[in-house]
Amino acid sequence: MKTLEELKAIRDKMQGQVGLRAEDSDQTRVVVGMATCGIASGARPVLTTLSDLVQENKLEGVFVTQTGCIGLCQYEPIVEIFAPGKEKVTYVKMTPEKAKEVYDKHLVGGQIVTEYTLPKKLG
Amino acid sequence: MPEISLNILDVAENSVKAKASLICIEVKADTKADTLTVIIKDDGCGMSPEQLSRVEDPFFTTRTTRKVGLGVPFFKLAALQSGGSFDISSAEGKGTTVTAVFGLSNIDRMPLGDMTSTIHTLVTFNEKNDFLYTYSIDDRSFTLDTREFREILGGVSFTEPDVSAYIKDYLSENEKEVNQGLII
Repeated sequence: MKTLEELKAIRDKMQGQVGLRAEDSDQTRVVVGMATCGIASGARPVLTTLSDLVQENKLEGVFVTQTGCIGLCQYEPIVEIFAPGKEKVTYVKMTPEKAKEVYDKHLVGGQIVTEYTLPKKLG
Repeated sequence: MPEISLNILDVAENSVKAKASLICIEVKADTKADTLTVIIKDDGCGMSPEQLSRVEDPFFTTRTTRKVGLGVPFFKLAALQSGGSFDISSAEGKGTTVTAVFGLSNIDRMPLGDMTSTIHTLVTFNEKNDFLYTYSIDDRSFTLDTREFREILGGVSFTEPDVSAYIKDYLSENEKEVNQGLII
């Protein structure tokens, strides 16, 4: 059995290390639709892929969160990226593999992966 | 939904939206009775008798982005098609309890699926809510209580990579131990 002793050890290691977080308004928000439509089409692994990548690589200024139904159920799983001062980018029909690519190219590299974004006429 | 754990994630999100402070999730397999019981119980805002009477109707939803609400109907369908039962009770201001019973060995029962991901997602993305998760097979069980975790951690967030990884391991290792090779 995994014990709570291990959690205490983690806390002791972390104390004093917890830095101040940037203000929310300066952060890029990555939002995954997690209503019934999203979950049924596979949003859970997309959400975990993105948040694991951001956490493991300690990517600064990026915050992964979840939301309810965005209203475009047929395009789920949907990931929206809100960067301060920039237009919202909507990625549709996401998979964990596409999410990894969006992480590398968009969140790290700053380039929108246009092949996965919502068709313009609908955006 | 291809697995029961996704129904649980979906329906538990309703408890989060109902501003529950404590959400109890129980997954209980009883091999003698041949049942798999899932109980999601919250102390959130609850529903009026009128809302409660319509919540199993797919064309009822409180949201405004679309006209259908399939979370509860999907969960009910999954339980009933495995020869089980489904019940929701709710009191305004007190909370809601959803109980789904599945036929454990029924061929039409979806697999339970990845409960570790479901609970890990709920716990790390909803830090304002507390969760009490119990997983049991017959007389073997384990519990995750976020109130206990929070007390140990002080102010350290569940989203810190080390803590998040610990929660994931805690769930998967303890489930494995309870399963003893059985796949639900």
